[in-house]
Amino acid sequence: MADKKIVDGRGSFCPGPLMELIAALKSSQIGDELDVLSTDKGSVNDIPEWVRKVGHEYVSTTEEGGVWHIVVRKAK
Amino acid sequence: MKILIVGGGMGGTILANSLARRLTAELKAGKARITMLSASDKHMYQPGLLYLAIGRMTPDELYRDQASLLEPGIEFHVDPVEEFMLDNNRVKTKSGKLVDYDIMVIATGSRMYPEGIPGLAENAELFYTEESALKMFKRLQSFEGGKVVITVGVPHKCPMAPLEITFMLHDYFKDRGLSDKVQLHYTYPINRVHSLENVAKWAAPEMNRLGITYDTFFNLKEVDGANKVLKSEEGTEIKYDLLIAIPAHKGMEVVEKNGLGQGGWIPTNRTKLNMEGRSNVFVCGDTTNIPISKAGSTAHFEADTLAENIAAVIKMGSPVRDYDGKVFCFIEAGKDRATYAMFNYQNPPDPKAPTKAMHWFKMAYNKLYWISARGLL
Repeated sequence: MADKKIVDGRGSFCPGPLMELIAALKSSQIGDELDVLSTDKGSVNDIPEWVRKVGHEYVSTTEEGGVWHIVVRKAK
Repeated sequence: MKILIVGGGMGGTILANSLARRLTAELKAGKARITMLSASDKHMYQPGLLYLAIGRMTPDELYRDQASLLEPGIEFHVDPVEEFMLDNNRVKTKSGKLVDYDIMVIATGSRMYPEGIPGLAENAELFYTEESALKMFKRLQSFEGGKVVITVGVPHKCPMAPLEITFMLHDYFKDRGLSDKVQLHYTYPINRVHSLENVAKWAAPEMNRLGITYDTFFNLKEVDGANKVLKSEEGTEIKYDLLIAIPAHKGMEVVEKNGLGQGGWIPTNRTKLNMEGRSNVFVCGDTTNIPISKAGSTAHFEADTLAENIAAVIKMGSPVRDYDGKVFCFIEAGKDRATYAMFNYQNPPDPKAPTKAMHWFKMAYNKLYWISARGLL
């Protein structure tokens, strides 16, 4: 059964939210949804771009109180 | 008050020493007790492995006897923990001893995990252990030319290591007169050459200037050792003659086996540094799942915070400050120039152009580390 996971990349300059997502995807199953929390606006472009390039599924981006939630589904 | 520190690396050692000095009176009066359980009687200066791999340090320079680094009053045992019984405030060690605690700090560190990528361990040169760093140096010595590819897995210890090894290799081959015969090719998992944007803005032009080529968005999926080809998650391929890898890391096996955290990373409160759901268990250094650099300086600054807070809890009943996410990383930009990055949860780094002075400061720190480990610097 697919899981929903939070990848809390708030305040992460290094390694940063995208690197946290890459690491988290390794320990996830196909179909799992990962909600990446980021305070870096750059993640709004960086994460969907990487997700499309690798072949995972980009689900959505929302913003709440200065924290962006970028949701990704592991597809392979 | 029984304080148990699990792990004798940088974080555990700084914490134990700082606590012992803050609690001198309490230790003397028998009101506090500090016990350290470690897997080794030796303490390794891990950043030195980078220098060992290119022949600029020798193995003996990396080690001190752990007992010689610790303040009197700290009970030190080479007897690693095998079982954590958090509900009973107790651990069981390899020798079978049961050790009780009132406060425990887990600082067991992390390890490279090249086995996670098919073909990587067998075909890459690595530098995260003494054995692998020595093997890499011998391989470099016999290398006479070709394409050297650097790959990076995540998460990994020391976020600056990929850039540092690349620039140091450039100077190493230049000194051997092989610049025309060696093509250095750097790869990185995201869309720039380093996760820190300001570092990437400095490093990419530097690579261009030195003739180092690079691919971004390259996440290694598999190494085809027979054909010397790297295959990425993104579907690209790169041929290599010599493969240098910064492999992905995992936390220690004992953490996973005890179910304390997936991948060996323990869920940790980012400011209080307590293990999520436990008020008397703290986590320090690489072992946390906090989304900041797995680096010695992170362990150092977390240990400073924990020492202040644990001592304050014993003396006054409550902690006194939060960890602010502080990290400081030197960045070697070759054999004789360096810069640094300093940042916390709120403030991004702003690295300056590399200088010789910063390189010599780093060289000095390689010696000063032993004072740092004693909790004095």
